[in-house]
Amino acid sequence: MTKYSALLFISGLVFLLMVITGLLPMGHTPMLVGNAILEGAKDQVGAANVVTSVVLGYRGLDTLGELSILFAAASVVGLVLTKSSFNKHASNNDDKHDHHDSGFVAVNAIDLIFPLLLVVGMYIITHGHLTPGGGFQGGVVLAVAFSMLVIVRPRRVSINHGMVSIIESFAGVSFIVIGVVALFKGQSFLQPLLGHGEFASLWSAGTLPLLYLAVGLKVGAELAGLLLALNTDEVAS
Amino acid sequence: MIWVVAVVVFIMLAAALAVLFLPNMIAAVVASAVVSLSLTVIFAIVKAPDVAMTEAAIGAGLSSLILAIGLKRLGYWKTDSIDKVKAGERHD
Repeated sequence: MTKYSALLFISGLVFLLMVITGLLPMGHTPMLVGNAILEGAKDQVGAANVVTSVVLGYRGLDTLGELSILFAAASVVGLVLTKSSFNKHASNNDDKHDHHDSGFVAVNAIDLIFPLLLVVGMYIITHGHLTPGGGFQGGVVLAVAFSMLVIVRPRRVSINHGMVSIIESFAGVSFIVIGVVALFKGQSFLQPLLGHGEFASLWSAGTLPLLYLAVGLKVGAELAGLLLALNTDEVAS
Repeated sequence: MIWVVAVVVFIMLAAALAVLFLPNMIAAVVASAVVSLSLTVIFAIVKAPDVAMTEAAIGAGLSSLILAIGLKRLGYWKTDSIDKVKAGERHD
């Protein structure tokens, strides 16, 4: 019965998507705030990607809220799932038996893909103010790349948890510091500084690329730590 | 364009049904990733590339990885179907 109700739900969703994509004229809804932002964003913020100027400029405080929600979630998962130091010493001997590299295909595939994933993740983060994407997407790509590497070959690769938390704290603190610096200059919290630069070049849009770098590092370190906590605890339980 | 959306929605529906009815757990995880990938294509078609990238990274990448780790922790990381795994456990 559950399966059929799920089927009913899915067919309703499909019907909704068909109606929406088929009938609604895209981009012609009456958006007052949206239109005002679309008109003024280029002169006020200077980012080529309007979504970034909304996420980090007009709604920067909301982004800080999202970061704190993510931080709370990752902290709780780490608190509940990671081993205590006593258990770690006790189960050290078992670890060596249970940890073995995955099969031939997985090991070679991750060796091939890992550098590419790093480049793609850093590209998405650093070009967040120019092209679609940004700190969240690139950070997730980085986190998935590192945790895939650790999951596929646990004997060769190990990631220092202290280093991960140092990167995470540094990124979070620098995000807030950039916002507070704007306060000291007599502007609003998280208002972009440093001028606009040349439109649509890499060094443009003031502090937005720095903010996105901080967001990317924070999201990447948090999610990588979360995935590693989920993965390494497997031996102890 | 509506036909492309129709094909993608059909793939999405088929993958979502496959998640429900596939006996193999790993295949079900992969099918749930296919649902997210089809949704990514729809987002790209309706000109929301930022949302499409988020859906591809989180929906297809991260949540599949979390589901796979969950399977590993629960001991269902088997290439056999779930019924065979349960039957094997019963014989032991």
